[in-house]
Amino acid sequence: MINRTLAPDFGQVENIELIEASPIILGNGLKIFCIEGGEQDLVRIEFIFENINYNVSKPLQAYAANTMLTEGTSELTSSEIADKIDYYGAFLQTDYSNDQSGVTLYSLNKHLSSTLPIVKAILTDSIFPEVELDTLIRNQKQKLSVNLEKNDFLSRKVFNNVMFGNSIYGYDTRAEDYDKLTRHQLKEYFKLAYQPKNCTVIISGKATDIASKIVDELFGSAWEEVGEVSPNGFSFTTGVGAEHYIEKGDAIQSAIRLGKVAINRSHTDFAGMQVLNTILGGYFGSRLMANIREDKGYTYGIGSALVSMKNAGYFFIASEVGADVCSSALDEIYKEVNILKQEPVSTEELSLVRNYMLGSMLGSLENAMSHADKFKNIYFSGLGYDYYQKYIETVRTINPEALLGLANKYFNTETFEKVIVGKK
Amino acid sequence: MVSFDRFTLANGLKVLVHEDPTTPMAVVNILYDVGARDEDPKQTGFAHLFEHLMFGGSVNIPSYDEPLQRVGGENNAFTSNDITNYYITLPAVNLETAFWLESDRMLNLAFSEKSLEVQRNVVSEEFKQRYLNQPYGDVWLKLRPLAYKKHPYQWATIGKSLKHIEDASIDDVKRFFSRHYNPSNAIMVVGGNVKLDEVKRLSEKWFGNIPAVEKSARKLPAEDMQIEERKETINANVPLDAIYKVFHMPARTDQAYYAVDLISDILSRGNSSRLFRNLLKDQKLFSEINAYLTGSLDGGLFVLEGKPLPGVSMETAETAIWTELERLKDEDVPDHELTKVKNKMESTMVFSEMSLLDKAMNLAYFELLGDADQLNSETSKYLEVTASEIREQAKRIFRKENSSTLYYLAN
Repeated sequence: MINRTLAPDFGQVENIELIEASPIILGNGLKIFCIEGGEQDLVRIEFIFENINYNVSKPLQAYAANTMLTEGTSELTSSEIADKIDYYGAFLQTDYSNDQSGVTLYSLNKHLSSTLPIVKAILTDSIFPEVELDTLIRNQKQKLSVNLEKNDFLSRKVFNNVMFGNSIYGYDTRAEDYDKLTRHQLKEYFKLAYQPKNCTVIISGKATDIASKIVDELFGSAWEEVGEVSPNGFSFTTGVGAEHYIEKGDAIQSAIRLGKVAINRSHTDFAGMQVLNTILGGYFGSRLMANIREDKGYTYGIGSALVSMKNAGYFFIASEVGADVCSSALDEIYKEVNILKQEPVSTEELSLVRNYMLGSMLGSLENAMSHADKFKNIYFSGLGYDYYQKYIETVRTINPEALLGLANKYFNTETFEKVIVGKK
Repeated sequence: MVSFDRFTLANGLKVLVHEDPTTPMAVVNILYDVGARDEDPKQTGFAHLFEHLMFGGSVNIPSYDEPLQRVGGENNAFTSNDITNYYITLPAVNLETAFWLESDRMLNLAFSEKSLEVQRNVVSEEFKQRYLNQPYGDVWLKLRPLAYKKHPYQWATIGKSLKHIEDASIDDVKRFFSRHYNPSNAIMVVGGNVKLDEVKRLSEKWFGNIPAVEKSARKLPAEDMQIEERKETINANVPLDAIYKVFHMPARTDQAYYAVDLISDILSRGNSSRLFRNLLKDQKLFSEINAYLTGSLDGGLFVLEGKPLPGVSMETAETAIWTELERLKDEDVPDHELTKVKNKMESTMVFSEMSLLDKAMNLAYFELLGDADQLNSETSKYLEVTASEIREQAKRIFRKENSSTLYYLAN
């Protein structure tokens, strides 16, 4: 008979190998990186542009210019673009984030010579038709009105705004901001931002050498430079911390979001903070989950995260909890944060978290596209692959005293912004 | 093409092995052939609550998650109206830990009162978070009983009401476990950097001596053919009106499923689809509109949902939807458009092979449907669909007397 009470032997994750990106720079300044891998005959090609010239009087300019790239060129209507992409079984999406805007194409290799020219058309010749802009404005305002009824959405919006003010990271979008959008604004932004010098192409999947040749043929010479661009730059400081309560009389759950401006990936404490965050709220077995969900049953889920952006980083804890237990849940959250500041993590818990994080890192490298995502993390933070060596080293070796030090350095709950939407 | 080997243990546990040496990871996916449709109408939400309790410790192992995380693994599970599916991903070198954990909870649970108490609360909060505290969150709690009068698809996996969850007792939990959580009611898929022989050895070692229990026959009340148009209106504190329209359609295993699935793609997949193009963009009637299938193992639903723009009456919105449906009945889908949705389906199948976990889940699901190898002929079944089959299915499904419509109106 086997003894089922004894866990089988296990090993630590020894080797984590990243497929490194190989760079190509074209004559017009366009940078291409290829990450080769996979059995399926397909590639993902991302065209990524830094967000530029942020202007608070036109807060949705970059977003709308990005979203409307698929809405028409001088030769193709919105409907023709969609039809061609769908016909070739490809996927074309626009991606907008705080720091970058982009277009991503997923295509079978055999159709690249049909699908990539469409990408070229939208990146070099978008015309932002008035009628399509009207549709965007109309529908986005409707969506916003629905989202504003969601406590979790509201809490995120308020939290970002109290930390980052009216910068692109924190701007509190209102329905009337959509009405301020004009075709002229979008064309102006398109001309400046969507040019080769401001673009990074990342190709991942199979036969990326062939894909990069097609990119070169299409974009290498025919895409003209317009001039220098200045990517957005901001600086932020941690606020003093305050409570921001939005009462919703009929709420049966309250959305909680707590946290503050912290560090981003380029800071030497970042990897250690990721270990500390994992212990607190970064995985299913975390202290917040163990206490607030698995012991008290106050919530369906609670978590914390460290977010790295180009010009800032921040730390937050978020949950949706029963309205009747909101203040008890807050007490328990503070209790867990304070324990991390007062008591060293046990070696047993720390070894579990080390193994979990290494396994999770290994599992996050599923295919060439995930390797490309790892590359983007470092590339857009101005870091090299040694970042991952250091990260793995930190996960393996950081000691309880160092974690205690980080908790005291970064987890001053007095300075946390505390957002509660619902009832408390 | 997803290759696999298959064997069955003496106790009835089916095991499928998909070797993929390109990854350092392994996946263990266990599908139990039990879902919300197997619940007592007086104890709905139970299959899902039970899924939570499967993480509350088993007979020999007090904590499920902790030992798995200790070896670098992660896990989760989901419950649908048809199935309950549990999955683990972990570094392949630690595969045996997954066998140890999964076999012990198939053998027997710890049945702790504390775990039941806490998970009742957690599931109640999940009920609130997903269904009650969201605009339109309760729509399926209204639509299911409108569309199904006899079949247990009339309730959602979360259950009919919070009360059913709050009333669950430890004896109910034990009965549910002994009835459904047996080797003969499970399909296990082991995939990734694993070897068939090693999986055979580990399966025998850890699952081989779990007692066999005969698979119980499923006797669900069949839904009568709907013969009258159904309508319901609710008013709620939401910012926009919405319309939901559902039609009964063939089961997932019916040959007609493929044609109907392509109909939903023609109507709603991507920005070149008919509803998006015609009703949202050209006629400017909706701010959002979608069509999809529930894909149920018994007779399922074809779903249309949309939010009309302010100033557009529900009547206008509904007429516009019907116009699109009638067109599918009256005219063959043009070749170009049919080829387009087929191509998209084909490439989607290729893309889904990029993920080890997706492959493992799909193998388990298709084995439940009858034969995992059918996963590899899915694409050809879509490619074989003709324009006349699509028209035939549209005529069969899109009839007023086969429809249930919910007007969800803003107060």
